[in-house]
Amino acid sequence: MTIDSFLIMRHEILLLAIILLLVAGEIFIPENKKNSMVHLAIFLFGLHTVIGFLPIEEDSMFGGSFHTNDLIHFFKSVLNVGVLILLLISADWLQEKIVSQNRGTEFFILMFSSLFGMYFMISAGDFLMFYLGLELSTLPVAALAAYNITKRISSESGIKFILSSALASGVSLFGMSMLYATSGSIYFNDIIEVIAPSNLTLLGAVLFFAGLAFKISLVPFHFWTADVYEGAPISIASYLSVISKGAAVFILMILLFTVLKPLIHAWENIVYSIALATMFIGNLFALRQQNMKRFLAFSSIAQAGFILLGLITGTQLGTATIVYFVLIYICSNLAAFGVVQSISLQTGKENMSDYEGLYRTNPNLSLVMMLALFSLAGIPPVAGFFGKFFLFTAAASEGYYLLVFFAVVNVIISLYYYLLVVRAMFLRKSDHPIPFFKNNLYMRLGLILTVIGILVLGLYSPLYDYIYELSSVFN
Amino acid sequence: MIPGVTIYEILTVTSILFFIGVYGFITRKNLISILISVELILNASVINFVVINKYLYPDMLQGVIFSIFIIAVAAAETALAVSIIINLYRQISSVEVKDIETMKY
Repeated sequence: MTIDSFLIMRHEILLLAIILLLVAGEIFIPENKKNSMVHLAIFLFGLHTVIGFLPIEEDSMFGGSFHTNDLIHFFKSVLNVGVLILLLISADWLQEKIVSQNRGTEFFILMFSSLFGMYFMISAGDFLMFYLGLELSTLPVAALAAYNITKRISSESGIKFILSSALASGVSLFGMSMLYATSGSIYFNDIIEVIAPSNLTLLGAVLFFAGLAFKISLVPFHFWTADVYEGAPISIASYLSVISKGAAVFILMILLFTVLKPLIHAWENIVYSIALATMFIGNLFALRQQNMKRFLAFSSIAQAGFILLGLITGTQLGTATIVYFVLIYICSNLAAFGVVQSISLQTGKENMSDYEGLYRTNPNLSLVMMLALFSLAGIPPVAGFFGKFFLFTAAASEGYYLLVFFAVVNVIISLYYYLLVVRAMFLRKSDHPIPFFKNNLYMRLGLILTVIGILVLGLYSPLYDYIYELSSVFN
Repeated sequence: MIPGVTIYEILTVTSILFFIGVYGFITRKNLISILISVELILNASVINFVVINKYLYPDMLQGVIFSIFIIAVAAAETALAVSIIINLYRQISSVEVKDIETMKY
């Protein structure tokens, strides 16, 4: 092992360097110029995102604890793009509400630490590295959820998140100890060779699955989602629903498709029933929500149910469709959260009824929101349709026709409540609509990026072919 | 290895510990008690790892190393949870579960 072999950790090293630079900036930049921290952080992270797309060779380190390949590398870049857009749409909020209290740098440090944990989690080659990555990606988010220290609901959401995530990781650890008992190793490569469907292994796998299902907020483990999204600052809610969920889906997919592949006859039943429950409960609860954040929380639960349709297949097609769907989901959900963020920042309003007549006063924002919701619902010209279509194709090609039928039923249910928002914006008239306002540069840039993503990702087919090619590594 | 004690007995104890933790998490009405229940769950898995390592695979130290990391992470988790609870206590002067129900349904 030479110093060169550390280059496969380029993402991690660069992000760590950014974190340390921000700490230095916090020390040396004088109090009255703290606004520049936001620009500095966004600039550095943008640079990091661009560098992240450079190719990297496939290798493993630390005796197999850390490994990377082209698909993992690509997914890290996807997460980077998501975080960059998220920073752009939350820059205003940071400058107005957070930097003025002199707490701006911690926000970036905590968020980047969480992303750092996700890198390690998706590159993990053994359960120890996986567990550490999972915790490092969860704990800073709990601190961020409680970031509005003067607001009661923010603290409530923080405590709900940390307690339920601690329970989930505890259950998951108990499962890991059982997998360790039956296989004698915590390394994924060693476990693959000896794993066999005995009772103890199955129990371990189920408990382990429960821990990750919490992160993705699948249905029996979804109770924290709506409360945390409502109480936490909007940036953190979108981070949880997009980046954190995407990374957890990805690592769950890797583990199910490689380590737990010999148990596929056991976990496909579990995934089948959880997918059904998640889609139905997420959608039916979303119908009755009035608060936009809770609404998006339940819609993101339902979207996680759709992702499981790709997960159940265990094939290369499944891998490719999941990565592709997550990429589209990042763009569409961030666009929706971006509009909610900008309106909440300007007026403090978060209810669906406040959006009535928005098209007359703020046509551009309404159009972005409409595109985002159409993409989430899966209406043809926008990217979300192609993401869902490929997921359903993947499930149907393995013979899960009934599941695909129920998924389509759920798409129809979800269309109803997405269109409720669109109707409020475009058709309803209101005596007190949200007045016209102009977003500043960062917010506009972030929203434009998401709109480009929504419009282009679905129609640009070489991207899907590229992802499909990369996905061969796990099969 | 403890002479005269088999692995089944110890694993029974840890399983009981685990389910006490889950039961406590669900039924307790106080945030600090819930935190303690979570600690019970984590400790059950720590003991599991050490015992499985010692009894079944004594030539490698993977389980023991793992348990050290769990203890460290659990400490960090508790510190963060307690700090959030303290912040909550400053605002509502209570650590009861029934008082943090402003967001529902």
